Amino acid sequence: MSKELVVISGKGGTGKTTLTASLASVIKNKVIVDADADAANMYILMKPEVKHKELFKGNPKAVINTDRCIKCDQCRQLCRFDAIYVNSDGEYVVDELKCDSCKLCQIACPVEAVDMKDVYSGQWYESETAYGIMVHAKLYPGAENSGNLVTMVKHRAHLIADEKNIEYILVDGSPGIGCPVISTISGANFVIIVTEPTVSGLHDLKRVKKLCDSFKIKSGVVVNKYDLNSQKTEEIEEFAKREGMPFLGRIPFDKCVVDAIVNLQIPYEACDSVKHAVDEILSKAMELL
Amino acid sequence: MKIAVTSGKGGTGKTTIATMLAKAAENAQYLDCDAEEPNGKFFLKPEIEKTIPYTELVPKINEDRCTFCEKCADACAYKALVVMGKPLNKVMFFDELCHSCGACAYVCPVEGALVEIEQEVGLFNVGKAGNIDFVEGVLNIGEASATRLIATMKKRFMNDKKTVILDSPPGTSCSVVETIDGVDFVVLVSEPTPFGLSDLRLTVELVRDMGLPFGIVINKAEKENSLIDDYAKKENIEILYRLEFSRQIAEGYSKGILPFDKYAGDFKKVLKRIEELI
Repeated sequence: MSKELVVISGKGGTGKTTLTASLASVIKNKVIVDADADAANMYILMKPEVKHKELFKGNPKAVINTDRCIKCDQCRQLCRFDAIYVNSDGEYVVDELKCDSCKLCQIACPVEAVDMKDVYSGQWYESETAYGIMVHAKLYPGAENSGNLVTMVKHRAHLIADEKNIEYILVDGSPGIGCPVISTISGANFVIIVTEPTVSGLHDLKRVKKLCDSFKIKSGVVVNKYDLNSQKTEEIEEFAKREGMPFLGRIPFDKCVVDAIVNLQIPYEACDSVKHAVDEILSKAMELL
Repeated sequence: MKIAVTSGKGGTGKTTIATMLAKAAENAQYLDCDAEEPNGKFFLKPEIEKTIPYTELVPKINEDRCTFCEKCADACAYKALVVMGKPLNKVMFFDELCHSCGACAYVCPVEGALVEIEQEVGLFNVGKAGNIDFVEGVLNIGEASATRLIATMKKRFMNDKKTVILDSPPGTSCSVVETIDGVDFVVLVSEPTPFGLSDLRLTVELVRDMGLPFGIVINKAEKENSLIDDYAKKENIEILYRLEFSRQIAEGYSKGILPFDKYAGDFKKVLKRIEELI
């Protein structure tokens, strides 16, 4: 069984992809997963060559057949997602972006005028990169949240790892605490939470730590751009200590990181400051994995 | 005037720009719709006057009345109900899977066997930050989606007589759609990196799909970097403002301090320009 190491952050932009890409450049023998399907960015640094591509089916959406519809208004009244409206021609229409696929309108329609139509909500890919196999996905803009897609790409990565006897699965997770993150951390052996030394960083760390705890998943913390506010960094370290949460390391604020990314280089390979920090973080994480 | 501030991903400075706009507006209401990680309060420092629980309806099964016919489980598109008939006679409900759609209650044939009850899944904090009316939505940890909380927040609190600034969640999925739905203008915040550009493209696709007028604010802009400018020119999108890359702003941000006064004039101009574009 391969071991799954997941990198998440309470919010986006804390340097999650910087760290994950850097880890991808050091850890040998792994499958890389970009589970941040909402804003997939790993591909930019990993430069994957797509070997296999498949459409991802989302939940089916309601469609009203206007020939059959008797305009009884039941569906509109029952829909709790405000997805059904009457257009300027007086026809009943479903707003696909708002439809939550609950099928209540179909169940309630007295004349069977509602059909559920399959929609594709994104694509997933299996690719070769210079750093190993990568499984990644893209959610279509406006498509529904990506929890199912995350579960799918992770599952795919595990199949590949089992088949090829690959030891690790490295996952770049999505921000927040909602459905995609829950799917990202479920089944993980260890979660690295990246945070920034800011008032919001500490707040978000507490929320995401609670989420990991509620799923009984071990987590450790990394502070990115730690020298922007040393006092906050200390607060975060103290918080980690109090919570019995391993503190894995600090990455400095270095313009080199921005420049590396602009030049499509992995920060680990381009910036000494990152290299030192990531080596330390990795060795601690590996002990806990 | 309702202006949503969004970005393909987090950390691009959405909250920085949204709070600056709220501060610069004459008669503003700030709605923090990023209910998974609401951060606007750290910069606007509101006094919270009221905390209002946000509830959603979930089914409650009365097993004494239930006939275990399984109609509710069959109707549930999210597999939140599992019925175990004889000899167990039990119905299991997984609230983390429930979307509160009401289908189970609608199909239940036995009166009183399945009733819907209110369950708290988040809250709203309502208060004042100086002259700014402040509202934030906070999703409870472990809840799957903030979409309906955002919809409710807009319905209950949005004040049409004010300049409403909606601070959106990151990404391009349903909670973002809910936030920007029905606004007059969308400000897309982006940073000039390949990550920023990749995310910006997705957001542009979304706001165009939704037919909303929009413009770009570049955050952490640097003179020698024209990545976003080139894209905007090609796509014929207006750049509303460039906020310079500055370690000072980053350090201030980390302490919960933003240079509102320094940029007030600039953001007043941005608001004026948005008004012209609507």
